Amino acid sequence: MKNYFTIATLLIMFIFAVPLHAAEYDIDTAGAHAAVQFKIKHLGYSWLTGRFNKFDGHFSYDEKKPDASKIEVNIDTASIDSNHAERDKHLRSKDFLDVSKFPAAKFVSTSFKEKGKNKALLKGKLTLHGVTKNIVIELEHVGHGPDPWGGYRRGFAGSTLLTLKDFDITTDLGPASRQVEMFLAIEGIRRK
Amino acid sequence: MRWFNTENHWGAISITIHWLSALIMIWQFGLGLWMVELSYYDAWYHKAPDLHKSIGLLFLVLTLIRLVWRRNNRIPKALISHTPREQKIATTIHYLLYMFLFTVMFSGYLISTADGRAVAIFNWVQVPATLYGVDKQEDIAGVAHLWLAVCLIILAVLHVLAAIKHHFFNQDRTLKRMLGL
Repeated sequence: MKNYFTIATLLIMFIFAVPLHAAEYDIDTAGAHAAVQFKIKHLGYSWLTGRFNKFDGHFSYDEKKPDASKIEVNIDTASIDSNHAERDKHLRSKDFLDVSKFPAAKFVSTSFKEKGKNKALLKGKLTLHGVTKNIVIELEHVGHGPDPWGGYRRGFAGSTLLTLKDFDITTDLGPASRQVEMFLAIEGIRRK
Repeated sequence: MRWFNTENHWGAISITIHWLSALIMIWQFGLGLWMVELSYYDAWYHKAPDLHKSIGLLFLVLTLIRLVWRRNNRIPKALISHTPREQKIATTIHYLLYMFLFTVMFSGYLISTADGRAVAIFNWVQVPATLYGVDKQEDIAGVAHLWLAVCLIILAVLHVLAAIKHHFFNQDRTLKRMLGL
């Protein structure tokens, strides 16, 4: 009887211990609760927005050691979508992303610092158009908790400003359009 | 000169369409290669592609009229000086020219209408999209459009070389006939 009790206690401890360990999350691209969007000024008069439709990634997050969090995201550059086929064709060409030569963009984090009030600073290396640069993403820890279908989810949103020239994208779109703002919204489903 | 073709002569309509098509084809090829190199701030950045598309669609209409005209007219007989082999090669090239003309035009249309948008003839007629939404349609159609156009130009060069050969080496009426002389 005592043995059964011990086993039961261990099992219960194990079950409750899981959320306390550093957890791996997969970005929910299948359910599309994640987005990689961009916006760039058009002539300086308005915003042109678009997104990358195909990407995947995963991150780890430990509530006890949040600063040990890590994230990696891979983006299919050919999946760029600005809601205009002719422009997308141009964006995929050598003038911009040159997707036949550089089919993937990648972000790998190097550090994560929580700053309170659900804010965090994420640093990492972004590889785009064959160039790897250190970038900083200002993050908001949007929320976390169980979902209604037996899973556990955690989401972040962040943005960063990229200078096209830094990534060897030199086609001139005018003085107001040399930087592009990236907006990332990710929801991770914890691995079971 | 008669409007219709006769047993030994090309009529005015056939001759006009032939030379007009040649001019439009060369114009479109040059314009197409030029417009894709324009910088964003060039005044022609939007005007040139709009013109290319408008002329291309009108060229399609002209080519359809040409085929109808061809069907309803007799084709002048080959000159006696043309060998059976030459006739066969010439006919093959003619068919290929038509085939490539249509595929170049159609692939161009598929680029502009890839996301379901219509393509305009000079803000006058909107030609609606029919086949659209295929994954990377604009890229596939784009590559096809360029290389089919290159093939078309190569075929046209062969066609011109043959005309030159008949005019200067065989000294027959092949070219003169197409000039209505």
